[in-house]
Amino acid sequence: MSGARSEAAAQGRFARFIGWVDERFPLTAMIKEHATEYYAAKNFNAWYVFGVLALMVLVIQLVTGIFLTMNYKPSATEAFASVEYIMRDVQWGWLIRYMHSTGASAFFIVVYLHMFRALLYGSYKNPRELLWIIGMVIYLALMAEAFMGYLLPWGQMSYWGAQVIVSLFGAIPGIGGELVEWIRGDYFISDITLNRFFALHVAAVPLALILLVVMHILALHETGSLNPDGIEIKERKNEKGIPLDGIAFHPYYTAKDLVAIVIFLMLFAAVIFFAPEMGGYFLEHANFEPANSLKTPEHIAPVWYFTPFYAILRSVPSKGWGAFLMLMAIVLLFFLPWLDRCRVKSIRYRGSSYKAALAIFVVSFVALGYLGLQPATEKVYVYASRAFTIVYFLFFLLMPFYTRAEKTRPVPERVVYKAGS
Amino acid sequence: MSDEADLSRRHFLTVATSIVGGIGVVLTAVPFVASFRPSARAQAMGGPVEVDISKLEDGAMMRVVWRGLPVWILRRTQDMLGRLAAEPDAQLKDPGSAQSDQPDYARNPARAMKPEILVVVGVCTHLGCAPIERFDVAPADLGPDWKGGFYCPCHGSRFDLAGRVMNGSPAPTNLAIPPYRFVGDNVVIVGDDTGVKA
Repeated sequence: MSGARSEAAAQGRFARFIGWVDERFPLTAMIKEHATEYYAAKNFNAWYVFGVLALMVLVIQLVTGIFLTMNYKPSATEAFASVEYIMRDVQWGWLIRYMHSTGASAFFIVVYLHMFRALLYGSYKNPRELLWIIGMVIYLALMAEAFMGYLLPWGQMSYWGAQVIVSLFGAIPGIGGELVEWIRGDYFISDITLNRFFALHVAAVPLALILLVVMHILALHETGSLNPDGIEIKERKNEKGIPLDGIAFHPYYTAKDLVAIVIFLMLFAAVIFFAPEMGGYFLEHANFEPANSLKTPEHIAPVWYFTPFYAILRSVPSKGWGAFLMLMAIVLLFFLPWLDRCRVKSIRYRGSSYKAALAIFVVSFVALGYLGLQPATEKVYVYASRAFTIVYFLFFLLMPFYTRAEKTRPVPERVVYKAGS
Repeated sequence: MSDEADLSRRHFLTVATSIVGGIGVVLTAVPFVASFRPSARAQAMGGPVEVDISKLEDGAMMRVVWRGLPVWILRRTQDMLGRLAAEPDAQLKDPGSAQSDQPDYARNPARAMKPEILVVVGVCTHLGCAPIERFDVAPADLGPDWKGGFYCPCHGSRFDLAGRVMNGSPAPTNLAIPPYRFVGDNVVIVGDDTGVKA
């Protein structure tokens, strides 16, 4: 009896403490708004785990990144050796470094799948345009973060990759040359460039990323999550104002997301322990040689997550137009909410024209990714890159036309668990 | 005194404060943006290199370093220029230097401002090796067609006496020409071409 009484007393003390906090900081209100009383549709499928996984990878990158900075030296004379020092001499340094380098690739895998989910179910459509745009800005920040991070080990591919990408800015008419000097802070990629990329990689861009992720989640919680049926659950609520098809994010989706996190971590650990370089795709072989400004590697290719855009860049014989097309390949994604004229959101009820277009788009994106890894010397690769670049752009440019007259199927009023059920 | 706010006065003050504050923010940004430009040390180390070529004899070549790159200066003889002119375009990948990297004033068959002085970056455009000078004609190892030029020992790229790449070489383009100008007849400034017309 006394045990139960003291437990009740302890609970009372805890409740009083929370009450004390709530008068000074909206703790309970925030937990309710964003977790226990945030209602998401009950029919989420596996495509809906990648947002949480992206958040998870962000945390992995932040934590491992902080620990790497404790032993890394951002100077041209010491950077390469300090990474080797982390790999060989720092206790568990190899694990922390592999977690960070594998995390970079994992981030893009998860984000690409997250974006594809949006394409499947129309997550970018009215009223979620800003949610989509904030997400696209996150994607841009992520690319900048990955690119600058890749220079830090100061290997041959770090150096020449940065050389190629930075020189792209030189294609901008008028200010190009000046701009390239401004970015490098020198007349070639040097110690100065390395030092500033380090500052941007470990401080500026991560801060921006965290802010953007908070904005992304706030925007999501304002409009509410969509679902595989692409219908708004907020339109049908019970007498308490809770969506009929909604379930609380916590505990229902946190519990499901935990399963996804466990599966993800198993795969992640498998890569870290058994294939951290992934055969040269996650860590390129040329990068195990220190940067040398007088010796170009035989074949310069970016890491796999940039290769679709690199293939677009190389498919154009002119450097200026190639850089412009590469930029447009990303810019067009921002306009997706307005290019898509179809009112039906989910692919479950959309017409065959969009289904076919999306399938062709995915094929062209993957094909460009493959072609971007190949040497540019083979003529057949060049022509294939051109063909797929055209397909990539047609997906966006023709979208207003093939989505306007789409033959859609009737959308259900309440969410369903399986398409067609 | 009335309790009613003077809205037009308030509006004016809001706008004026925003504008002055905005100008302040922009001006404060200037030093931060400018700090990204090459520092005084970087400028000094990457600055133009002044080279005295008065002692460079006919047919001789000297090396200088500019921005971490080896730059060669070769005083070509009339004989060398004659051999260069005799080189048939069909043997060259890019005889007109259309795909190659050079200032406009060096986009000519001699790839130079003054035909006798060749200023060229000594880095093979294939994989960045250092080609070696082989000004001898038809040596045993390079064959009877060799009219003198540069040969890259790494992968066998061949360049003529103007740094133009020959067919059959792995190098894609001609050797790069840096910007340069002359001060009088005997001084070359490598890395600076202000005032030079194409």
